[in-house]
Amino acid sequence: MFDVERWQEIFETIGKNKLRTFLTGLSVASGIFILVILLGFSSGIQKGVKTQFERDATNSIRIGTRITTKEYKGLNPGRRIQLRNEDFEELNRKYGDQLEFKTALYNMWGTQVTYEGESGNYRLEGASPDQQFIENASLTSGRFLSMDDMDEARKVAVIGYTIQKDLFKGADPIGKMISVYGINFKVIGVYTDPGGSREENRFFVPLKTAQISFAAGDRIRNIAYTIKMSDNFDEAVAMSKTLSENFEKDIKEKYIIAPDDRSAVRVDNTLEEAKKIYSLIAMIRNVFWFIGIFTIIAGVVGVGNIMLIIVKERTKEIGIRKAIGAVPSSIVGMILQEAIFITSIAGFLGLFAGVGLLQLISPMVDNDFIKAPQVDFTTAISTVFILIIAGAIAGYIPARRAAKIKPIEALREE
Amino acid sequence: MIDLQNIHKSYKTGTNSLHVLKGIDFHVKEGEMVSIMGSSGSGKSTLLNILGMLDEADEGSYTLDGKSIRNLNEKIAAQYRNKFLGFIFQSFNLINYKTALDNVAMPLYYQGVKRAERTDKAMHYLEKVGLAQWATHLPNELSGGQKQRVAIARALASDPKVLLADEPTGALDTKTSYEVMELIQGINDEGKTILVVTHEDDIAQMTKRIVNLKDGQIIDDTRVQQVLAKNAANV
Repeated sequence: MFDVERWQEIFETIGKNKLRTFLTGLSVASGIFILVILLGFSSGIQKGVKTQFERDATNSIRIGTRITTKEYKGLNPGRRIQLRNEDFEELNRKYGDQLEFKTALYNMWGTQVTYEGESGNYRLEGASPDQQFIENASLTSGRFLSMDDMDEARKVAVIGYTIQKDLFKGADPIGKMISVYGINFKVIGVYTDPGGSREENRFFVPLKTAQISFAAGDRIRNIAYTIKMSDNFDEAVAMSKTLSENFEKDIKEKYIIAPDDRSAVRVDNTLEEAKKIYSLIAMIRNVFWFIGIFTIIAGVVGVGNIMLIIVKERTKEIGIRKAIGAVPSSIVGMILQEAIFITSIAGFLGLFAGVGLLQLISPMVDNDFIKAPQVDFTTAISTVFILIIAGAIAGYIPARRAAKIKPIEALREE
Repeated sequence: MIDLQNIHKSYKTGTNSLHVLKGIDFHVKEGEMVSIMGSSGSGKSTLLNILGMLDEADEGSYTLDGKSIRNLNEKIAAQYRNKFLGFIFQSFNLINYKTALDNVAMPLYYQGVKRAERTDKAMHYLEKVGLAQWATHLPNELSGGQKQRVAIARALASDPKVLLADEPTGALDTKTSYEVMELIQGINDEGKTILVVTHEDDIAQMTKRIVNLKDGQIIDDTRVQQVLAKNAANV
C-alpha cells in the first residue's frame, strides 16, 4: 500500500485517463453530496420540529378556566369560573407527591411597560420561582424569582430577551427600574426561552406582588405543574393523563360544572403531545435513514459498476501487463488501489461540498420547522468510509476476475 | 535452452474436444533462431503460447533453461515470464496511454527495478532499436514499424533468455517487415535465442531453422541458409 513505485504508477495512470477518473469521481462525489444534504435536512427538520415543542417543559400540565357552556344542577351556563389561591394549595396538598414544579399564575395581557421614555406592551405573569423550569426558560443575566421575593412581595421583575432589546436597546437592565402602569419594578434578570421571541415578550413578577399591586386579591388565572418523570416514558404519559383527568374532575366538582362541559375547565398536558411529536420525529428519522441507506446502496452499486467497466476496458492492458510479468496480486492491487484512491478523494470532495453548502444555506433557512440543517460530521465521515470500503469490495470481484484473465485471451481481444 | 517432449494439448468447445497439438518433440539450443511455420489451425500459436507459459500443455514435459515448467501457479508463471521470456506480438500490444519509454520500462517495473534505473535501461534499449528521439511519444504517434521496434525494445528490456515473436511482421508492409527482421537478426547475432511464428516464407527464410507444423504435428524440421534481411531489403 505504501509502495512509492506503485503510487507513481497509479498517479501516472490516473493522470493519463482524466475522463475516466473524472467520471468515477463525479458519481462518487455526487452520491456523497446528496447523502450529506439529505442527512442535513433530516436533522434540520428533526431539530425544527423538536424546538417547536420544546417551548415549555415536555412534562407540564396547565390548568385554566373559562366560562361554563352547559346548564348543570340548576346553574345557568355563562358563569365565569375563577380559580383562587386555595385551589392551587388544595391540588398541591392532594397530588403533591406526584408533582415536581408547581406554580399558580396571574396574567395580564398587553401591560404597558416603560423605561426612560421607551415603552411597549408586554404580558405580565405573576408566578412562583418554579415557573422558570415549567417554562423551560434559561437566564442570560441576573437571577430568577426567589421564595423571598414571593414571601416579601418584592417589586422585582424578570424580563424576556425581547423586552431587553426593545426597552434597553441591549444595555444591561439589571438593577434598573421599569414602570408598569406607574408602579416601579426592579429588573433582576433576563431570560430566553426555546420557544423564541413570542415567548420572550413576557415578564415575570412574584405572584403575591402581582395580586397586591393590581388588586387581584387571591384570584389566579392558571395553575401549571410539571409531573415527576418516571424512567418509562409510556408510564409517565399514563400518569400525566390520569393526573390531568383528576385535576379536571376536582375543579369541576368544586365549582359545580357539568362533567361534559369541555370549555369551562381546560387541562393541557404536554406529555401526551410530546409523545406524538417524538413518534413523528422518529418517523422522520426513519424515513431519511431509509432513503440514505438506499442512496448508499445505489452509490456502492454505481462504484462497482464503474469498476466493472474499467476492468473490461483495461482487459487488454491487463493481458499485456501479465504477459510481461505482472503477478496476479499486483493486478488486483493496482486496480483496487486506484479505485480506493479515486473514491476517497472524490468522496471527501463530495462530503466537503455538501457540508460547505449546508453551512452556507444554514443561516438563510428561516423556517419554524427546519432549523440549522447540519450534518453530524461523524455520521458523514463514516458514510464516506462505508462507501469506500463497499466500493472496494464491489471492485474486488471484477479486479480478481481481471487477474484471472488468461493473457492470451486478453491479447486476442481487439 | 528449450526442451519439449511429447506435448499434447486439446481445447474443449462445448461437447467437442479439439486436439490441437498431438505429441510435439522440439528442442532449441541457446543462440538459435527458429521459425515455426504452418497454415492457420496447424497449432503454431498454441505451441507458442505453451512456450510462452501463457497456456499449459495437457501432457508432456517442458523444460526451459533447465527448469521444468509444469503446474506453475500464476505468480511463479508471471515471474518466469518476466525473467526468461520476451514477447513480440503481431498487434504490438503497447499500452496506449504510456509513452514509448514507459512502455519499454514496464517489465523492469515488474522486476522491482527503481525508477531512475528503469528509465536509464529503457532509454538504452530504445537507442538500440533506433527510437531514442521518440522516447516521449505515445504509441498512436508512431508508425507501425516504430511501434514494433518499441515492442522489441520492451521484450529486450528484462534481458530474457528467449524472445518469442508471434507474427512480428504480420501487420507491416514488406519494407518495414525487413527492417524489423534486420533488427531481430541483429539481436540473434548478439546471442539471444529467438522463436518466430510466421506463415510468410520470406520471413521464415531469414531465420536459421524452419519447423513446419501441420495438424498439430511437426512434419518438417530443417536448418536453412539464413537470408540477411539487410540484403533482402535491397532487392
